[in-house]
Amino acid sequence: MPDFHGAVASDVDDRGKGGTTIQHGTVRRLGDRVFQALSTWSGVAILIMLALVATFLVWQGMPALTTPADELPYGAFPQFVAPLLFGTIWTAVLALIMAVPVAVSVALFISYYAPRGLAASLGYVIDLLAAVPSVVYGLWGIGVLAPALQPSFVWLARHLGFIPLFAGPPSGTGRTILTVAVVLAVMILPIVTALSREVFLQTPRLHEEAALALGATRWEMITIAVLPFARPGIISASMLGLGRALGETMVVAMVLSPSAVISFALLTSQHPGTIAANIVLSFPESYGLGVNQLIATGLVLFVITLAVNMIARGIVDRHREFSGAN
Amino acid sequence: MSKRIDVTDLNVYYGDFKAVEDVSLTVEPRTVMAFIGPSGCGKSTMLRTLNRMHEVIPNAYVEGSVKLDGDDLYGPGVDPVRVRRQVGMVFQRPNPFPTMSVADNVLAGVKLNNKRISTSKSKELLENSLRAANLWHEVKDRLDRPASGLSGGQQQRLCIARALAVQPEVILMDEPCSALDPISTLAIEDLIGELKESYTVVIVTHNMQQAARVSDMTAFFNLSAQDKPGRLIEIGTTDKVFSNPDRKATEDYISGRFG
Repeated sequence: MPDFHGAVASDVDDRGKGGTTIQHGTVRRLGDRVFQALSTWSGVAILIMLALVATFLVWQGMPALTTPADELPYGAFPQFVAPLLFGTIWTAVLALIMAVPVAVSVALFISYYAPRGLAASLGYVIDLLAAVPSVVYGLWGIGVLAPALQPSFVWLARHLGFIPLFAGPPSGTGRTILTVAVVLAVMILPIVTALSREVFLQTPRLHEEAALALGATRWEMITIAVLPFARPGIISASMLGLGRALGETMVVAMVLSPSAVISFALLTSQHPGTIAANIVLSFPESYGLGVNQLIATGLVLFVITLAVNMIARGIVDRHREFSGAN
Repeated sequence: MSKRIDVTDLNVYYGDFKAVEDVSLTVEPRTVMAFIGPSGCGKSTMLRTLNRMHEVIPNAYVEGSVKLDGDDLYGPGVDPVRVRRQVGMVFQRPNPFPTMSVADNVLAGVKLNNKRISTSKSKELLENSLRAANLWHEVKDRLDRPASGLSGGQQQRLCIARALAVQPEVILMDEPCSALDPISTLAIEDLIGELKESYTVVIVTHNMQQAARVSDMTAFFNLSAQDKPGRLIEIGTTDKVFSNPDRKATEDYISGRFG
């Protein structure tokens, strides 16, 4: 048995010699130093990569902006990029409009309505959707979706043609802006669903119970306790989806045969392409200033994607006080 | 307002597990009933069966009956949503909706079911509810500020105001002061004294002084062993239970000779 009294006595003895006085200086062990270095350099590396990409785009894209229009293979840059930019944003926004309500509904169903077994398998299927390569979606768009949708395009153009959105003549192949938007919507569905579901899982039980105890039905509980809490998360999820739709290349390149027009019409074969698809379609046969022009369109895509993310961040921040984060 | 609660031969189950066994008790209108007992004795579960909040746990069910002025809360075709409109609840930790302002929190329950309410009427209800919760003077200048900016004690009184705004018959409180400092606790206890003028109040508390201070009747719950269901050991006026209990277990618990 250790001599307890002896141990106490020796502690008392040490006190006078400074053994137990508190020394100055921060305590940093090996783990702190390694982790700090690692995390700092990871952060710096991302910034460097972003800067390198931006520099490359500006440097290689600049000739397209400074050279006189008549020397450029694709004509004046603003006129060249405008329909592509329009097509990029238009298809992505359409996809988002279709995907987000479905994604949020599916996430709510999985989180609050589905029996446990079904919820798990449904979540698994949704995740599987994300694993399908985009080439496969492109093939599906051409081979299945376009022919399947074509008759409904004819119907829409005949009965709702007075609305400019649905103005005819409808495409004979079904390969339209709307078809692409539907495929894109299916593609971004998994990520928006998965992220929304994560957000719903984080809704504090306390708030759900508060709503129920007031006599809220399931749906009322979702509207007063879950959705307001999840709003910033849903916006972030949507923006990630939008980012993917903006940059999606293969599907658009495979399904659309674009022309240089700016038109909201969803059903006609006269429609714009997108920046990413145009780059991949035109690159093999481009040379000299043509390449610079394509890279300049890439710069435009880069800038609007950054802008989208900043706007999303702004929306999330605007209601920070009411976010429940404090 | 204020109704009588009659619990008869109540058993509460979570799936196969029997959490509470064979409880019968009555809470008179305009009184405060305190549920006391050690952790895990089923007193919170018992409280939640009074507004069917235990049903948020899947597979929870009860046998027996709980009647509110004779209406069986578990009768066929009774929706828990309707039960909870009549039996309000305040939780252990303050839980105002963080995304809402102070005013919206108070009116959250009233605005459910798309019930339309005129601006003047909602203002009146807002003020009355906050006054009834002794919170009006502290928040009247920041009704449109986020509720999360209030102190813990204020948030808890806001939750009480929110429960009062739907004009329930009964108010249940599940350890309402356990997350609060002594001053806020005192404010809530004073409030309970005022609430019993108009409501039937049932409170679960770990704090025996609190039970002695605020309640008219006390029910002591205990469990004979781990994993055994909780049972009602003794019920009576608070004076009787605290000064001259009939059962040895009650006396041991109240005097701190527990376990």
